[in-house]
Amino acid sequence: MSRLLPFFGFLLLVALFGFGIWWNTQHDQREVPSPLINKPAPAFVLPRLDDPTQTVSRDALLGKPYLINVFASWCVACGEEHPVLMARGKSIGVPIVGYNYKDAPDDANAWLARHGNPYDMVIVDQEGRTAIDFGVYGAPESFLVDAKGVIRYKRIGQLTPDVIEKELKPAIAALRKETP
Amino acid sequence: MRALLRSLALVMLLAAGNVTAQAIDPLPFKDHAEEVRFQKLTRELRCLVCQNENLADSNADLARDLRREVFQLMQQGKSDDEIKQYLVDRYSDFVLYDPPVKSGTLLLWFGPLVILLAGAAVVFVTVRRRSTTALAASTDNKPTDEGDDW
Repeated sequence: MSRLLPFFGFLLLVALFGFGIWWNTQHDQREVPSPLINKPAPAFVLPRLDDPTQTVSRDALLGKPYLINVFASWCVACGEEHPVLMARGKSIGVPIVGYNYKDAPDDANAWLARHGNPYDMVIVDQEGRTAIDFGVYGAPESFLVDAKGVIRYKRIGQLTPDVIEKELKPAIAALRKETP
Repeated sequence: MRALLRSLALVMLLAAGNVTAQAIDPLPFKDHAEEVRFQKLTRELRCLVCQNENLADSNADLARDLRREVFQLMQQGKSDDEIKQYLVDRYSDFVLYDPPVKSGTLLLWFGPLVILLAGAAVVFVTVRRRSTTALAASTDNKPTDEGDDW
């Protein structure tokens, strides 16, 4: 029995190694969970893309839930996500606020004109300063904000049809249950 | 000659690479001490985009923004801890190269110690067992030894 002990130790190490491989296929290693979930969205005042003389603030958006979608014309993954938003954006049942991140307004407008505009409103953060408050570290990212201005869900990376059905819609349904 | 030129070009390329490896922004430090503090602080913070690089060395766009942010917070008279907390509030403990001790990181901090102690226990027990069996073997032999001596 005791002669088999090293063999069991070896099996244990193999199991640990296998678990490590399995674990790394189960989650995106680049994904950093946001500490902002269930905390109030940071206060922001940002100009609108369609009319830079007008600004939108967090407090002006209070009262109903909305989805913030961080995008940029230079962001390749945003281009891949875009058709999904065009096709399914309306079906999620809350307004989508486009958050144009570190982009030239002309480029953003041209991009939206070419690919279509799935957003109910687009706000501009050309410097990326407010994005730091949101903990944005790569586009695309999406934040679900509830009627009280609290961030309830964050998606880092593309919103795929699968993510929309399995994560985003249930999160929105949960909000609806709270405030009928 | 051509080989010489080629190697010279290679050396120059490597030298240029060396220069850009350290990302330098023209930040208006008021004295050398402030710059040293800034360099030390940004070395302890992790870049979110290229996750195995620190803020000081990273050339990522976001790293540049965060360096500027750190610099501005320093200008506002914030302490190193306050600046770190500011970034942790936005990007979680992930930005710290030195993770804090809390329930989620207990295994990370003390796991190696536990494994070391377990190993020490195994060694201790094995040595003890061997020494007692050796002792028993030697006492078994003793009567004949004694007989020979006398």
